[in-house]
Amino acid sequence: VVAEAVTMARALNAALRDSLLEDPRLLVFGEDVGRMGGVFRVTDGLQAEFGIDRVFDTPISEAGIAGAAVGLAFGGWRSVVEMQFDAFSYPALEQIIDHVAKMRERTRGRVEMAITVRIPAFGGIRGKEHHSESPETYYVHTAGLKVVTPSSALDAYRLLRLAIADPDPVIVLEPKARYWSKEEGDLTTEGPRIGEGRVLRDGGTCTLFAYGAMVARCLEAAEALEAEGVGLRVVDLRSLSPLDVELIGRCARETGRAVVVHEAPRTLGLGAEVAALVMEEAFDHLEAPVARVTGWDVPYPPAALEQHYLPSVERICDAVRRTVAY
Amino acid sequence: VGAEEVAEPFRLLAPDGSAVGDTDVGLEADDLRDLLRWMTLARRLDRECIALQRQGELTVYPGFEGQEAAQVGSAVALGPDDFVFPTFRELAAALVRGVDPVQYLAYHRGTWHGGPYDPRATRFGPICIPVATQIVHGVGYAMGLRLGGAAACCLAYFGDGSASEGDFHEGANLASVFRAPAILFCQNNGWAISVPTADQTRGEIWRRAEALGFRGVLVDGNDVLAVYRVTRQARDRALAGEGPTLIEARTYRIGAHSTADDAGRYREEADVDAARASDPIARYRTWLLASGHADEGFVAGCEAAAEKRVLEVREGVVSQPPPPAEWMFDWAYADPPATLQRQRAEALGGG
Repeated sequence: VVAEAVTMARALNAALRDSLLEDPRLLVFGEDVGRMGGVFRVTDGLQAEFGIDRVFDTPISEAGIAGAAVGLAFGGWRSVVEMQFDAFSYPALEQIIDHVAKMRERTRGRVEMAITVRIPAFGGIRGKEHHSESPETYYVHTAGLKVVTPSSALDAYRLLRLAIADPDPVIVLEPKARYWSKEEGDLTTEGPRIGEGRVLRDGGTCTLFAYGAMVARCLEAAEALEAEGVGLRVVDLRSLSPLDVELIGRCARETGRAVVVHEAPRTLGLGAEVAALVMEEAFDHLEAPVARVTGWDVPYPPAALEQHYLPSVERICDAVRRTVAY
Repeated sequence: VGAEEVAEPFRLLAPDGSAVGDTDVGLEADDLRDLLRWMTLARRLDRECIALQRQGELTVYPGFEGQEAAQVGSAVALGPDDFVFPTFRELAAALVRGVDPVQYLAYHRGTWHGGPYDPRATRFGPICIPVATQIVHGVGYAMGLRLGGAAACCLAYFGDGSASEGDFHEGANLASVFRAPAILFCQNNGWAISVPTADQTRGEIWRRAEALGFRGVLVDGNDVLAVYRVTRQARDRALAGEGPTLIEARTYRIGAHSTADDAGRYREEADVDAARASDPIARYRTWLLASGHADEGFVAGCEAAAEKRVLEVREGVVSQPPPPAEWMFDWAYADPPATLQRQRAEALGGG
């Protein structure tokens, strides 16, 4: 099948549909996911196709949604739940941290939490407050969870399908700013697994590590710096937990320089972990300290200021230039 | 309190053991005797657990003395396919559901979290410490039962303090909206650690069901027959597709919140004495003897059997070896990431 270009939202929709077709014990539920098809239309048409028992709206109860998924898992159901926006996932944190993440261990593997938590996340959409946050560190820091975030439509399809099929709970952070980005190609689960990153552009001077919407921005920066004779390698981390330590180490050793880019505030952001891994895995090969280009350590700003908060192509290029000149 | 009249809990046996309602709750003589067997064993084991904690064989232990009727009466009312989500104070219910007490107490020995018993085989969920979160699990499980068309229900225990949590309200509302075959069973034991129920809520917990569009019931939690009857009715309704029931069983926590708590700091011994006078086991024993379903010999036999069983459990608990360190890594993930496998090797001395 030669597919035409699909948006990320459409690819995610296809992943849900194909998963629902494949597994009759799979349920999709959350706020406005049923008759309306989700505020970003990711669940569009699913209730009509699979019925109100398998794709359903819930009351506005994020803790209830996550907790119900736990109870359903005890009965052998698999759930894909949607938290409508990043900051609205916080009421569910107790259920996610205390139970979703730990139940497999607490029952010594007898009860698996085959739960996928979809969270439209990150900024760049001129959103109201509480609609643009980067919550990944909370989830990555919680043992028992896996955390993924796609940067493109086809990988969004792949990652969501892999997340749903995974016996462990997976948090899927969907970059809202990329929902309408298009990619051409076949929708397939073949390719990198959860736990693996992917190299999107090869280069020998420095590696840019990024995820989500920052990947496209890093590719732009790489394009811009090629004119200056700087060969940038761009790695889409995509699996934030577990991280692809092998790939991070290898790229850092081969290029000798690394810059990490994310939207989340700098302090204890994922960049700190990547920098520590680079030090552990590639210390003798490093030509410069690892640089971090991130959001600032402030609450996410209003729409009129977000271009000053999010890493820009220019900020990324500056960091690379400093790293190369070190 | 507003215009509502103060409700009298549903009751079949008065505190003195005399019948005040129709005691024919559909149980045969053997089943009626079992209620006393379970309560006798539960109390004896509960006291043993406190002793085991004092002797350093268990970590902090939350006793349930006074709540035997609430737990046994409700647990006995369930069918084999029903599922229970407990708090951390439901050892009596666990016994009734067939959970091996040695495995259950591995939790309090600090051997493993959750409880090493198999929740699917025993149909008894892991011990739950975060207050009220298990209510939502019970509702989710019940939603699954309805989706799968199963002839079963799910009961979630919680306390009067839990009813103040958001998860109580989210769970109760979900149960109502989805007409889940769920029983939300509140043991109102008068205390949330040091805070009395009067400071926890100005209303009555069972009445909250009406606001959410389902049925609430108030029952004397120290009357095992009444607890059995209302739980059984709730189960019948659940299986008939009539949705959830919220049961508030009024009982009393005779002991402290846990072995780490000193109840003398916040309540008078006289209050506890009044509760002791309303003892659920004495009440039922009096009725059972008067009803002719059992005699003094049976009562003595119950106590002897409990003594013997508790000594076996004690032996099982104290002979439990400490868990191997690799358990920390064995079940965290279905397929442990490479980073975790490295940490495992490091922790076990191979790294």
